Amino acid sequence: MRPRLLPVAVALAATLAAPAQTGGELRFCIRADPKTFNPVLVNEEPSEVVRYLTGGVLMRVNRQSQQVEPELARSWKISDGGRRITLDLRPGVRFSDGSPFTAEDVAFTMQVYTDPELHSPTGDPLRTGPGKIQTVVHSPGRVSIVFPAPVAGLERLLDQVAILSSRVLRSIYQQGQFASAWSLNMKPAEMAVLGPFHLAEYKSGSYVLLARNPHYWKQDSAGRRLPYLDSVRLLIQQNRDLELLRFIRGEIQLINALDTDLFDALQRKSPSSALDLGPSLETEQLWFNQVASAPIPAHKKEWFRSSPFRRAISEAINRADLCRVVYRNRATPAAGPISPANRVWVNETLKAAAFDPGSALKRLRAEGFTQSAGVLRDARGNPVEFSVITNSGNKARERMAVMVQQDLARIGIRLNVVTLDFPSLIERITRTFNYEACLLGLTNVDPDPNGQMNIWLSSSSNHQWNPSLKRPETKWEAEIDRLMLAQASEPSYRRRKAQFDKVQEIVCQEAPFIYLVYKNSLAAVASSVRNAAPAALRPQTYWNIERLALSR
Amino acid sequence: MRVALRRIAIGVLITVYGVCLAADVLAPAGYATQFRDSPGAPPSRAFPLGTDELGRDLLSRLLYGTRLSLVLAPAAALLATLLAAGAGSLAGYAGGWLGAGVLRVADLFMSLPWLFLLLTVRATLPLNTRPEDSVLITFLLLGLLGWAAPACVVAAAAGTLRGSEFALHARASGVSNARFILVQVLPNLKPVLLAQFWIAVPVFILSEANLGLLGLGVGEPLPSWGNLLRGLESLHALQTNPWLAAPAALLLIVVACFHLVVPLEDYSK
Repeated sequence: MRPRLLPVAVALAATLAAPAQTGGELRFCIRADPKTFNPVLVNEEPSEVVRYLTGGVLMRVNRQSQQVEPELARSWKISDGGRRITLDLRPGVRFSDGSPFTAEDVAFTMQVYTDPELHSPTGDPLRTGPGKIQTVVHSPGRVSIVFPAPVAGLERLLDQVAILSSRVLRSIYQQGQFASAWSLNMKPAEMAVLGPFHLAEYKSGSYVLLARNPHYWKQDSAGRRLPYLDSVRLLIQQNRDLELLRFIRGEIQLINALDTDLFDALQRKSPSSALDLGPSLETEQLWFNQVASAPIPAHKKEWFRSSPFRRAISEAINRADLCRVVYRNRATPAAGPISPANRVWVNETLKAAAFDPGSALKRLRAEGFTQSAGVLRDARGNPVEFSVITNSGNKARERMAVMVQQDLARIGIRLNVVTLDFPSLIERITRTFNYEACLLGLTNVDPDPNGQMNIWLSSSSNHQWNPSLKRPETKWEAEIDRLMLAQASEPSYRRRKAQFDKVQEIVCQEAPFIYLVYKNSLAAVASSVRNAAPAALRPQTYWNIERLALSR
Repeated sequence: MRVALRRIAIGVLITVYGVCLAADVLAPAGYATQFRDSPGAPPSRAFPLGTDELGRDLLSRLLYGTRLSLVLAPAAALLATLLAAGAGSLAGYAGGWLGAGVLRVADLFMSLPWLFLLLTVRATLPLNTRPEDSVLITFLLLGLLGWAAPACVVAAAAGTLRGSEFALHARASGVSNARFILVQVLPNLKPVLLAQFWIAVPVFILSEANLGLLGLGVGEPLPSWGNLLRGLESLHALQTNPWLAAPAALLLIVVACFHLVVPLEDYSK
């Protein structure tokens, strides 16, 4: 771990020590055109990037310390068992159009985000129970939000709620036209925001240009108004090879996420720009299809629904080799659903399953499996053979699948690796359930356990190994349901942590997901960028965008 | 000059075939064996062409993969040529609505988006298709789908035979249509069919390579030119590991040789 952090520390020291200079245009790539500029309706990464750079929020999670810090709210108090939050707002703040920010804007924002008609992906987690969210405006600088049920991790949810201008948007909302407001063909001048930048120009398929918000409230320690940059240009570039090429040519200054191959290529050409930030929040995992109605042979369903079988498979996989060969040591063997990057919620007592084919065979023999002539057979004599699907084009996953194939061959299991185009794969794992095992990754954007509610609740459609259950099929799934629901309405961090730790333990014990690796967060920051403080959490390189500057 | 090149091409192909058919003896390691301590290793005495990203010996994989492609591509080409011979000679000799119908079906086949259809067919195959079966299915599909273009060429050639003197004589002497096609038309189409066969072989090799590049086609860990060429996907990887270009170089040589072995007069037909 230490050697990996050294270059990061050196790069940080170099950038932090340098004096900031104002002005200039920072450039980096986004993968596709944004689908909307409406912060309430953001549902994909490119739009999320624009929202992050333009939206002002009440509080922000510091991506390095992972602690919540005040932004537009100077302070706040949570009361009524987690149902009410009272916010003291920062005075003198103005939107980018010069209009003042008041408690009315906060009240309006909460009303819009939690409007069930709008189905806001950001606002929906705030609707914790039946009934409407109430807001009480005490004064222009003080507002209370009252939820129908306690909201756990409320501060972290507010990190994504960009405050709206009631002056600009209230009439549009009242006319029932909010869903079409701030679409891609909006005039940039119509946008009133509280973030460090505002929309200046959008050219479809080419770029999004954001200009400095002249009314942004934040100042540096010398009293200079932030942000330092004049503008940020988001270049729309899907191809990652070309993105790296543009970085090397100096056309862009940041890359948020690199795969191992490109990272190595960059490290050879510009070692000081290539930053390995350690484990990311992303996990790579394998799971078996446990859907009762799945069109697969009954004897295979029996294997897949057996916890000892799943644990044996887990023990037969050499995770250290996956990290070393596939990720060239830029990954960590995975123990459970939460990576060590998530310092607040990781259960540090869990350890990755040790590679032990002998123990795996012992476990399988106890279940009636036998091995003869190099072939493992179940108690009925069926040879153990199954397929694993993964998405074609993802080289790391394809390589991992082939390595798992060889690992399992050691204990007499024949694994057929099938790569499918992504739509076909999604069709199989979400609709037809015509698959046996699947190897995919999970991108955790939100470190809070509530962000994983859709995976762990047995009723959820994303409960991948056995989705959309009317009731839990096993005791341990019922226990996970109970613990996840309990933590979601528990205001005490300590008690929530204990509950979520238990969830992680059950997941390791029962292995519905066999976690393979935690990929490292690999980023690139040009030496011309000052004050960069890259972190493993998204957005890795520009989370402190208002403080980034370019040396000339 | 052309004759000399043809001889060289035949020599190269015989050598490549010979070496690949002896892969079991010549390969330094098994094609699936992962030397996990040597991933992406440069050429050395232990690994003459280096290793791939999983530590598998590239020379061994190239030998086995070439054998697979060079045996199955001609088999698929033979299937496509036989189908084209049947359909083309029928269309050309029968003429009229039947000939037009066959040619319209051929046109329809050629206008279909084959890549997407192949992706769909591959996605609907049983998941537990073994790699050995997947390679057979891939080439079988290519053979079954590749008849249309050669059939049009064959139909044009057969059409010219229909009005020939020997055809009139045959008809006058009461030879049945089936017998006439088998005994008179097909032997006269032999040069055209041979040319189509030789053209189809490199086409199918490249088609399999394309499917392999998309992660489809031949299943892991079985090597084929398709999945060997995936090492070239990354420009950066190629810059640092130039030996990854070996399969591409061999593919280029073999495809060129296949084109050179077709006599020039066959192309003209």
